[in-house]
Order: sequence, then structure tokens, then C-alpha cells
Amino acid sequence: MYTEKVMENFTNPKNVGEVENANAVGQVGSPACGDIMKMSMKINDDGIIEDVKFKTYGCGAAIATSSVATEMIKGKHVDEARKLTNQQVIDDLGGLPPAKIHCSVLAAEAIQAALEDWEKNKEEAKTEA
Amino acid sequence: MKRIYLDNAATTPVDEEVVREMVPVFTENYGNPSSIYKEGRDAKKLVEENRAKVADALGAQPNEIFFTGSGTEADNWALKGAARRNKKRGSHIITSAVEHHAILHTAQQLEKEGFDVTYLPVDEYGKVSPEDLKKALRDDTILVSIMMANNEVGTIEPIKEMVEIVKEHNPRTLFHTDAVQAFGNIPVDVKDLGVDLLSVSGHKIYGPKGIGALYIKKGTPVENILQGGAQEKNRRPGTENTASIAGFGKAAEIAKEKLPEHTEHMQKLRDKLIKGVLETVPKSELTGHPEDRLPGNASFIFDYIEGEGILLSLDLAGIAGSSGSACTSGSLDPSHVLLALGLPAGRAHGSLRLTLGRDTTEEDIDYVIEQLGPIVKRLRAMSPLDEAHPIDAAVYEHGDHHHHH
Repeated sequence: MYTEKVMENFTNPKNVGEVENANAVGQVGSPACGDIMKMSMKINDDGIIEDVKFKTYGCGAAIATSSVATEMIKGKHVDEARKLTNQQVIDDLGGLPPAKIHCSVLAAEAIQAALEDWEKNKEEAKTEA
Repeated sequence: MKRIYLDNAATTPVDEEVVREMVPVFTENYGNPSSIYKEGRDAKKLVEENRAKVADALGAQPNEIFFTGSGTEADNWALKGAARRNKKRGSHIITSAVEHHAILHTAQQLEKEGFDVTYLPVDEYGKVSPEDLKKALRDDTILVSIMMANNEVGTIEPIKEMVEIVKEHNPRTLFHTDAVQAFGNIPVDVKDLGVDLLSVSGHKIYGPKGIGALYIKKGTPVENILQGGAQEKNRRPGTENTASIAGFGKAAEIAKEKLPEHTEHMQKLRDKLIKGVLETVPKSELTGHPEDRLPGNASFIFDYIEGEGILLSLDLAGIAGSSGSACTSGSLDPSHVLLALGLPAGRAHGSLRLTLGRDTTEEDIDYVIEQLGPIVKRLRAMSPLDEAHPIDAAVYEHGDHHHHH
């Protein structure tokens, strides 16, 4: 039921873990449906995502979508990362079973949550200064 | 790669002896049992011989066994047939929260038809309390349906004791048990249990799929749910699935003959598997009853990870198992059985069920124990959850804005 690329990213996922000294952290999901994704990023002053890592509690598709989503935004500018859609994640994986589409939505949301966290941290830093 | 099949509660491989019984039925003994000529008489004889074998394996009379298309059909027939036929005497039905969907969804359908259904809770091991049943019985209770053994966690229910309670309350209240998982794994004797109705299935006992049977104790008032021809003594229409009936009969015969041997074999390996997993995998827990459980059932919960990831990893290692997690069920809800045991939804997602068969070997079990530890460890390393971040504390809305670095 999964494409080869999904299985490859489940078996050997990229960017697993937590970024040290991350300045953007987002966690989304629900234990009821069985998926929780946490993304941590190091974003530099130019707005480039220098590093991104994920930790995911969920099925094979959740792990695979986390893996490719982080690959898709790594080294990119935050403005570009903001535009990432779940459809792009699905396309990159060569498709997902209908019941697993929500995993790709969650991956896109986790990235947005981390970027929101980054914005908030910036605002707070300004206020404090 | 060698495959290790540990999902025998889902289905079993068909015994080669069973296949040998079935094959000639397709091409030689192919007649319609309702036909008057030789081909028909031969087919009829085959059906009746195998009815007797299934009856014998269950301690029933042949005229109390009715072939169906599946265990699910037998469950549907028992519940709908008994409820509708006895409606004049009352509209109350009692079942349990851990039944198979074939029972639960049928009970829900009966609720729509105006019946009042009580779903008995279970304890942390999945056992229905006979005391709870006693309290739930009413003057208008017409039917009680409690499964003999649970398909997910393997817990064996005290059917005989519950039948006694029901019959003491009102001998006319019918008792049905879904014995689909029990048959072939533990002794199933309708007379010893005292039940009025009992469902079994062919493919769980090394027989073919698409064949089941309902035991209807002689004189039990049950309405037909299918309308058609006069097959099965006017009780269940449809041309008999003769090849599968032949296979089911043979499988039942073997199941009866080899039961003590198979039970002992599976139980020994099951205990080794349970001990090995609990010892080598931290934060793992057995689900279901520690003693009163099916000889082939080893089911677990692993904290901080999700069942489908475990299944995919096991599959890559050549091992077939199952899980009650939402991801594997196609819905967003984890197994109703695990929730009924009192497990929070978050923990129920981390379930793994391994069900051994009579062909499982000690080497298979050693290999599974060896593989499972590293699989769980790898998935946990990817999980945002751990002892310091339990699932209940996880943030479910967008972003964790309170978490600064």
C-alpha cells in the first residue's frame, strides 16, 4: 500500500532528532489519531533554515512525510518554507494512501508551527532588547 | 527471505490434508446437493458427512449444525435471528464491549430496530464479570451474547459460569457465544458450555475461507435472516459450498484430534515469547489475561511508539503480526478492545498482537525476540515522546509556544 519512496524514508529517514540550540520549534498532532510531529530548526539571521530535524510518533507514512518534508525545506529561506503544501509532500513521495493524507497535512503544519515559533521568538527578542 | 507468520488469529494456512479433501470436490464431486440424481446424492452425502465431523468437534448433534458463509454470518444470524424471533417476550439484549465487530455492529443494527442493548464492561484483563452480567439481566432480557475468547488480547471468558447465571434467571433467555477464536485452540463443547447458539469459522482452524457454521441447539427459536431455497433444512438458503464444507469438516476433525498436542506446543512457545519480549523490551506490557488466555496469543503495548511502525519494521524483517492502532485499522480510532481494557487512546496505538500457530517453531520465537528489541529502540529514538514527555502532556494544537531555547 506504500510506495517504494515511502518505505525508503520510513526505513532510512533523514533528519531525525532535535537541532541543538534550535530557535524554532513546532509540535502538532493528536494522540487520539495517533500522530505527533515535532520539528526543530536553526534559522540564521538571513532567514535561511540552516538545520532542521524531526521527531515523530506515528505510522510509517507519518515518519516518511516528516523525513521528506524536512529535506524539502533544509537550506531554504523561510519564505519558501512557508509555501510548502502537503500536496508537494505527497507528490514527492509518489503518492500516499487516502487514509494517510492527514500525515502529510501534519508535516506541513509542523513546519508552519515551527516558523510561527521563530517569528514569536524574534518579536520577544526585540521587545526584550 | 524466510517468513515467520504470527497472525494466526487473522487467518491460518489451509492444511494440506484439507486441500486434498477439497480438490476433487471441484471437478469430480461437483453436483448440487439439492439434485435428485447420483451427482446430487453424492454431494449431499459429502455435506452430511462433514456436518457430522463439525458437530463431533463441537460436541453437538449433526442436525444442530448449520453451514454459513463465514463466522460473521453465523454471528449475524444468531443475534438477528434470536432477537427478532423472541421480540414478543422482550427487547433486551446483553453483550460485551470487547466483542468482534460482527457482534458489535449487529447489536448496533438491532438497536436501530428498537432493541435495547447493554454492553457489559470488562476488567483490565478483558474479562467480563459474571456479577455484572447477573445485575444486567432483566425480565425482558431475551438474548445474551458473550465471546468465548477475545481475538485481540486472547482473554478467555467464563462462558459456562455465565450460562448458568442466565439460565437460573430465566431458562428461556438464549445464550450465544462467538467461538471463532476459541475453536481449534481450546476445548469447545456446546453441551459442557450449555449455550444455545455458537459461531465458528473455517479459516481460523486451518480450513478454507468463506465457510462458517452456527450451532443451534435443537428447539432454539431462531428466525432465518436469508430468504431463498430449502437448503440447510429450510434454515439457510444458498447452494452449499461443498468444497469448503469438505475442507471445514476435515479441518474440524484434525482440530479435535490434535487439540491437546497443539495447545501444549503453542502455549509453551507463547510463554517463551511473552517472557522474552517483556525481559528484552523496556516499557513493554502484556495485554489480556496473564493465565486465562488463548494458547497462541501474545499481545503487547509498547509505550511512546505507534503500532504500524512496528508492523512495517517486523514485515521488513520477515515477520507478520498485527496491531490495534488506528493507523492499521483505517480509522482514526484505536481498537475498541484496548480502550475497553481502560488503556488511554495514546497508549492503545502502541499495540502489537502476535498470534502463534501450530507450525510456529522455537527458532521463530527466538528470532522474533531478537528482532523486536532493536525495532522498538529505533522507533523510540524517532519519537518525541519519552518518560519526560508522556503522550498526555503532548501539545495537540499548533506549535509549542511555551518552549523556548
